Amino acid sequence: MKTNDSKSHRDYIATHLKGVPRSGIRDFFDIVSSRKDIISLGIGEPDFATPWGIREASIYALDRGATSYTSNLGLESLRSAISDYISDKFGVRYDPASEILVTVGVSEALDLAVRAIVNPGDEVIYHEPSYVCYAPIVTFAHGKSVAVQTRPEDGFVLERDMIEKKLTDRTKALLINFPTNPTGATLNRGQLEGIAKLACERDLLVVTDEIYSELTYEGERMSIASMPGMKDRTLLLHGLSKAWAMTGFRLGYACGRRDLIEAMMKIHQYTMMCAPILSQKAGIEALRNHDADVERMRRAYEKRRNYIVSSLNEMGLSCHMPKGAFYAFPDIRSCGLSSKDFALRLLDEENVACVPGTAFGSSGEGFLRCSYATDIEEIKEAMKRMAAFVERGARNAERGPTPFS
Amino acid sequence: MDELLRLLKENALESPANLAKMLGLSEKDVKDKIQEYEKNGVIRGYQAIVNEDSLNLDKVSAVIEVKITPEREGGFNGIAGRISRFPEVDAMYLMSGAFDLLVFVSGRNLKEVASFISEKLATIEGVVSTATHFMLKIYKEKGVLMAAHDENERLQVSP
Ligand SMILES: Cc1ncc(COP(=O)(O)O)c(C=O)c1O
Repeated sequence: MKTNDSKSHRDYIATHLKGVPRSGIRDFFDIVSSRKDIISLGIGEPDFATPWGIREASIYALDRGATSYTSNLGLESLRSAISDYISDKFGVRYDPASEILVTVGVSEALDLAVRAIVNPGDEVIYHEPSYVCYAPIVTFAHGKSVAVQTRPEDGFVLERDMIEKKLTDRTKALLINFPTNPTGATLNRGQLEGIAKLACERDLLVVTDEIYSELTYEGERMSIASMPGMKDRTLLLHGLSKAWAMTGFRLGYACGRRDLIEAMMKIHQYTMMCAPILSQKAGIEALRNHDADVERMRRAYEKRRNYIVSSLNEMGLSCHMPKGAFYAFPDIRSCGLSSKDFALRLLDEENVACVPGTAFGSSGEGFLRCSYATDIEEIKEAMKRMAAFVERGARNAERGPTPFS
Repeated sequence: MDELLRLLKENALESPANLAKMLGLSEKDVKDKIQEYEKNGVIRGYQAIVNEDSLNLDKVSAVIEVKITPEREGGFNGIAGRISRFPEVDAMYLMSGAFDLLVFVSGRNLKEVASFISEKLATIEGVVSTATHFMLKIYKEKGVLMAAHDENERLQVSP
């Protein structure tokens, strides 16, 4: 007879999970966190603390005993604030009662959106290099993720014809993120209109991750949700992590057609119940009263962007000017190293951490993500060290064929 | 406000080369603009923000609410000008409300400040009354926290 403490050799892990690789970010994190005294340009969150007024609103709420669950959709007053904010900044009005769902970060909103719409085998098109979770969440929902490779020579933008080539009769949705993590790319009105038209013609749903929207430095800021015919076929996802420096609050939201929000809410109510009430209270304050703080941080990022991009170009790493988000994405191919090797050697020799472009998809090969959500003094020091690193590689190259070996 | 001024207000020691990089200007443009600001009096000086509480200085500071009678010609400016010229006065503002001038003064000790107020300030013709508050601790100065700072550990790499 078998005893109760017998070892099990059964494989309990679901088959569809096995093909999903660990995030390249995690791999790199493990290496970096074993080291001391590094300067990190590898961080995808603001270096600013949440503006005090927002923190204070959360403290006040805690003082007053706000410690309970909220409605599954989120606090009514927060949904009203979101409705007003989106109407004011994006020009689309959503009904707080039925078209807005408050989530635990854009992360949860993305997962809910995909799970709410994907039948097994349905295809979701996204653009690469991209934020790390898009392909995996589609796989988790038993869908098929289809990557469109964007190109450095045209600033990593997405055009209608690039999507068209990937369309099949299983294509259900298009997942876009502009400004893009990690490239900083944005789309102009013409490009967005082209994609919107295609979505209308092919009856596709567009899921748009607008998390960096406020951090736009050049050009008009607009969302595909505001294009003609698009409100009904767009899920607009946004959150307070980046522009309000509130990553730790875990607060995001989804706006869209009533049936879509209802479907997402169904999953949310059984798996998450609601976003934390203290974060929701802080969110109301953030959306109602802190445009000036967002603008202050945006301006700081803009100056750092100018500094880091001109430093990278000066040291011979060609880097396009990102129009949004807080990442520079220099081309390191001239050094003759893979992204991963470059990042590892840079860490090893100069104690500077950047994320290899390949963490954001295979089309990130040859690139490096350098976050400028980093104090300007640290950026200066990191640029000095990186320049020394590249210079050494260049000098070695004069002696032999492989610059960095 | 000009972004250059904003940057200098944050860190006046920033080099023209770095300022130029951050603003997308040439170094020469930056130097010229700074010189222009200095010449036309927009930039009036450069100072370090020192946490004096940490230095054990022989120094006391006070804020004085001063009521004055405006003059027929010149209003508040004549008297205000006279008061502001005393080296004991660190900062001074014309205020709305229950008093007219808010005067920040400092001296080596309480007696010194008190005698400045009673002998110099209060005796100026047109000064109607003064109310003095001595400062006990500095929490924040020029937007910089003196007694506290944020503690936050970000992960070294995140998506
Ligand atoms: C493009 C993009 N979407 C979503 C997220 C997740 O954000 P949240 O903190 O709202 O879950 C991130 C965070 O790095 C991101 O870069």
